Amino acid sequence: MKLIEIFRNPEHVKKIVDSIHSIVDTKKEYKIMEVCGTHTMSIARFGIREILPQNVKLVSGPGCPVCVIPQGEIDAIFSLIEQYDVTVATFGDLLKVPGSKGETLLSYKANGASIKIIFSPLDVVTLSREMTNPVVFIGIGFETTAPAIAALGKKIIEKDFNDIFIFPYNKTMPEVLKLLLLDKNLNIDGFICPGHVSVVTGESIYTPIVKAGKAAVIGGFEPVDILISIFEIIKQVNSEMFNVKNLYKRAVKNCGNIAALRLIDDVFEPVDSAWRGIGIVKKSGLAFKGIYERLNVFNNFSISVGDYIEKTGCKCGDVLKGYISPSVCPLMGNGCTPEKPYGPCMVSSEGACSAYYKYNMSV
Amino acid sequence: MDIITLSMGSGGKSSSDFVEDMILKNIGNDILNNLTDSAYIHIDGETAYTTDSFVVQPEFFPGGNIGDLAVYGTCNDLAVSGAKPLYLSLSLVIPEGYQIDTLGVIISSIGKASKDIGVQVVCGDTKVVERESLKGIIINTSGIGRVVKKLNDYKKIKIGDAVIFTSDIARHGMAILLARGDLKFNGNIQSDSCHLYNIFDKIGYKGIEFARDATRGGVAAVLNEIAAKCHLGFLLKEKYIVIKKDVKYLCEMLGFDPFSVANEGVAVMIVSKEHAEEILHLLKQCDEGENASIVGEVVEKKGVALNTLYGGTRNVDIPAGILLPRIC
Repeated sequence: MKLIEIFRNPEHVKKIVDSIHSIVDTKKEYKIMEVCGTHTMSIARFGIREILPQNVKLVSGPGCPVCVIPQGEIDAIFSLIEQYDVTVATFGDLLKVPGSKGETLLSYKANGASIKIIFSPLDVVTLSREMTNPVVFIGIGFETTAPAIAALGKKIIEKDFNDIFIFPYNKTMPEVLKLLLLDKNLNIDGFICPGHVSVVTGESIYTPIVKAGKAAVIGGFEPVDILISIFEIIKQVNSEMFNVKNLYKRAVKNCGNIAALRLIDDVFEPVDSAWRGIGIVKKSGLAFKGIYERLNVFNNFSISVGDYIEKTGCKCGDVLKGYISPSVCPLMGNGCTPEKPYGPCMVSSEGACSAYYKYNMSV
Repeated sequence: MDIITLSMGSGGKSSSDFVEDMILKNIGNDILNNLTDSAYIHIDGETAYTTDSFVVQPEFFPGGNIGDLAVYGTCNDLAVSGAKPLYLSLSLVIPEGYQIDTLGVIISSIGKASKDIGVQVVCGDTKVVERESLKGIIINTSGIGRVVKKLNDYKKIKIGDAVIFTSDIARHGMAILLARGDLKFNGNIQSDSCHLYNIFDKIGYKGIEFARDATRGGVAAVLNEIAAKCHLGFLLKEKYIVIKKDVKYLCEMLGFDPFSVANEGVAVMIVSKEHAEEILHLLKQCDEGENASIVGEVVEKKGVALNTLYGGTRNVDIPAGILLPRIC
């Protein structure tokens, strides 16, 4: 925890900000995407946009796991609760995500449905021993949570429990990053790559970014981390010499976490997956494979996923692709607030809209 | 007699035994002991009156329990309104099957807390409900106090006034969360539950224009509410906000904003600029105020803004309801 103090030291921050100001080319605009929602939140919370030169623009990316789940998949959760006597175990972030009719896990809970918040996927096993009905866990997240969910899957199979099931909503980063690179409307100069995801994946997934002539810097989440990442991106853009730079070495190893990757590989296989605002992205989801297929909630209950991805009028899709800043969405603060969110980017604590609203940002 | 039964709330013999053995033994006094339908009390001058109900899980947590919390909570509302707490009512709603020993500890904590503050519990009621209709105990207290200086007048707040937090923030909420045991790790965070009247008793009211206690919703909720009512704003400086390290790190880990986490021993005071330093000096001599800090000032721009440690400014938003741990 001492690290927090070092990486939040205001004097270090000031030095790096001064260095950034000294190297920016004032005639140029630098467009930098922070891919991960935790970065979005840190940038807002520490007031980082305000201390950067005006021509350095930070754009939020699709790295908020709750935000990118398509509406049809969210509605399938409610359809399960409507039809079956089950306990739904979930991470806290999902409690307020609205369904198509405005319903939420919180409103179902108030009406008597059994909804339990868990802190770690393995808690689901303990929970299921206390419940008399089947427990269904909403498996969501990127490479960061996938290993823990895979570990849960292994545990269920090993113990031969037949009353725990999982919504297989995990997604992975590499394919969607490639898509963002090809997007002519976006034109990003460099990416602050997601630190938590990189802990698991390692550096290699970002090679396509540098091959496409853009900067890829793996950064941590403290002010010093974020600012040195921005400095490095500007440096690479100025020199047009691009390489994957790992500035989060205290957590991210070059090759990632081999044991975690093996866990994912044992339990899941890549599958085409729908992303809110983006559409179907080839091989960007994780499906249970082999003996783990029986954990898939859809193989055990007759519910299905609608093929619609977004609610009408919701601009979360454009926000997730970095096309628009949340501040220009007509619903921002006007029909869509953290208390009563219309779209998922307002719900999740890591959502870009939530960050903009919470910290009152207008750029 | 080791568990509470429905008959103890039914008004018969076991009810009166319960009141004698449990209530009067712990919190009896000249007025309450009469067991009349109403208590006769006498108050000189203007009176402040408030009520609060307490439900907390777990009922026992590091730094207190639901009993002393029920006394402090109501007395703190009186204290920050500028009143000296004098009398309390006490209503208990208890599920049948509740352990008598546990209840004994709660009631004796109520007795001790009342004694510390110098308030008397003068009337009360006990109801026992069927076990399936209630998980834990519900305690309601209402309180009456004599107004010394009104501290609830929004019109007294003016641009340039200083804002003081009388203690470090976010301790109660995080202590409760840890005590629930869902996090599967232990910590040593103590709730800040304490009685704030002590502070006013010691430092007086000179220069204090307005006060609120920052309970549910934390300092963020209280400051936003005050700002909206007085049509002014607050500018806080992050470097002056005191948060204990373990509290800060637990908030970090779970993605909670400490500004939105509940306190039970923090008053937000708005004081005139010229008296601010003197008030701070006096506060720091009180046990309840040793971590007090001048955290910012009243400004014209509406809302609540925070100067971060890095020179940026951000909004401190009103929390949107329950705090939820995040995914990663």
